[in-house]
Amino acid sequence: MSQAIKEKSFYREAFEAAARAGEPEWLARARVAALERFEGLGFPTTREEDWKYTNVAPLARSEFRPAAGPAGPLDAGEAERFVYEEARRSRLVFVGGRFRPELSALDALPGGVVALDLAEAARGGHAGLVREKLEARAQAPAFESLNAALTAGGALVLVPDGARVEAPLQLLFLSAQDGSASFPRVLVAAGRDSRLDIIESYAAAGEVSYLTNAFVEVFVGDGARVTHYKVQDEGERAFHVASTRADVGRDASYDLTTVTLGARLSRHDIEVRLGREGGECHVDGLYIVGDGQHADTHSVIDHLVPRGTSRQNYKGILDGKSRAVFNGRVFVHRDAQQTDAVQSNKNLLLSGEARVDTKPQLEIFADDVKCAHGATVGQLEEEELFYLLSRGLHPDLARNLLTYGFAEEIVEKIKFDSIRAQLDGAILNRLRARLEV
Amino acid sequence: MLEIRNLRAAVEGKEILRGIDLKVNRGETHAIMGPNGSGKSTLAKILAGHPAYEVTAGEVLFEGRNLLELAPDERARGGVFLAFQYPVEVPGVSNAQFLRLAYNEKRKHLGEEELDPLEFKDLLAERARVVEMDAGLMSRSVNEGFSGGEKKRNEILQMAVLEPKLAVLDETDSGLDIDALRVVADGVNKLRTPDNAVVLVTHYQRLLNYIVPDFVHVLYRGRIVRSGGKELALELEAKGYDWIREEAGRQSAISA
Repeated sequence: MSQAIKEKSFYREAFEAAARAGEPEWLARARVAALERFEGLGFPTTREEDWKYTNVAPLARSEFRPAAGPAGPLDAGEAERFVYEEARRSRLVFVGGRFRPELSALDALPGGVVALDLAEAARGGHAGLVREKLEARAQAPAFESLNAALTAGGALVLVPDGARVEAPLQLLFLSAQDGSASFPRVLVAAGRDSRLDIIESYAAAGEVSYLTNAFVEVFVGDGARVTHYKVQDEGERAFHVASTRADVGRDASYDLTTVTLGARLSRHDIEVRLGREGGECHVDGLYIVGDGQHADTHSVIDHLVPRGTSRQNYKGILDGKSRAVFNGRVFVHRDAQQTDAVQSNKNLLLSGEARVDTKPQLEIFADDVKCAHGATVGQLEEEELFYLLSRGLHPDLARNLLTYGFAEEIVEKIKFDSIRAQLDGAILNRLRARLEV
Repeated sequence: MLEIRNLRAAVEGKEILRGIDLKVNRGETHAIMGPNGSGKSTLAKILAGHPAYEVTAGEVLFEGRNLLELAPDERARGGVFLAFQYPVEVPGVSNAQFLRLAYNEKRKHLGEEELDPLEFKDLLAERARVVEMDAGLMSRSVNEGFSGGEKKRNEILQMAVLEPKLAVLDETDSGLDIDALRVVADGVNKLRTPDNAVVLVTHYQRLLNYIVPDFVHVLYRGRIVRSGGKELALELEAKGYDWIREEAGRQSAISA
């Protein structure tokens, strides 16, 4: 049997084995359609342009089984250490892709805000909306299709018009079972002129090998402002494949910051659509990878209408034998006059064995636009290093300080102290050094 | 404190210094003057240990030790300080953080307790007054977006924090207007003690109106061609560098 056929029958078996009692008929149909689509596409291969540098064959061969539920091997105390201080009373916790109400807390959210398990929402009062959104993505690529077929839950977040959510809402996805796969699915809709901060975070409880295949969609209403942090701190034996898609309303703003620290192989696809006039997005990211890690970011920013603004700033620090891929496309469609788009990707290589493939791309079909892009790959600046040495800093400290400074441009924009602290810790840990900052 | 003997140095294979001899004692201020391209900045960078410059002959003793054997950071911890002609911007590293790390490196070297951020804040506020430095510049990234004058003040602030035994100021006056020059010069004067020494590298006599040197040396084509007291600087100011060139030309004609 060929590998491709094996993969397909493996996931069909997993699909058929899953118990989904009480699910509405439309959802069951959508799952079957998604599974068939996945079977038709198969896992992507390096022959496909979008997957040229990222080989998911080891992931496909691993045959991760959808995590067993509903209870997992995790207790509240263990889950607690992955919760950000600012989100202690505004968090939805998932283990193995399944909602865990006893680990969650929502009392800091104002009345009218909906934050609940998507699996629950599909059965209950929000079924109409959930159905509309889930069915809209019938033509999804392979991993999104696999997610649609096998998801066992995720979050539905609805913010009413004009509502201001002060506390950040954390969506925490934990994996705790060796050989398991989870398929989180998230829908966020922020109403007109509302304000929302989301922290989407991934981590492992214990030394486990697993797959996370997540799909997150964010709808930013007219005049709304959504700030979205994605912190990927998966276990070192994990595979992480995720898609983030956002639709930005008129004069609305979507600010995404991604932090990539964990997983042996990670892939993040981002698509932001500026489909209403005056929409604005910031898409920033920091990836810090070491020996044996591979991190791939593919992003598309689509300027469909006039007066849109996009800013993208991605930075990478690579150590040991590691690899990163950045592919950023900015499309400025014919009607998107007065677009203002800037894209940048900078990489710092701390070892001779690290490798980066970066490809920022601008595709412009309008004539009255302001666009710029650039990418760099390099080592620490010699003059900066000498300057620090000339003030008496030991070489290790000087290098660490410069590396820290390289990341700081992204870190300092993060408005939650506990995420910044986590990042500082991760950077310092990566540098294997003590640096009081 | 500092003794340079027959120092020769090259950058990218080109000989810049062609036999420098200079002795600086504690408590002294020396000015090194000379036309552009004479090797003044090269000498300053070699003392700090810049890796782009290759010493091809001679020796430099600092407090009796061979300075050239020490790495740049060891020289700094040992008390050698270079105020850069073009201070380097270090994005993402705050000025206060940088200064504290440098200060604590020195404390550790001397076997003293490190200061925590709060303790250091007080010390920094006190030292910042020496150069009338705006407190807002402490939380900004090192030199990033600083004006030319602010960068030079920041160099002298670092000197004030690190209290070096030997401070080499490389064209610290360049790019400063008269008010900024006065502030920077006052700062340096406040930091002069009978125990430390200052070497000023400058093209113009102007700075020496404010920081009065004990000795003036004229560097030309990689050699010190003339040494004297502070009146030598005034002579240079009045006559320009041409007579030095002519004199040096005559000397080389005689020796040839």
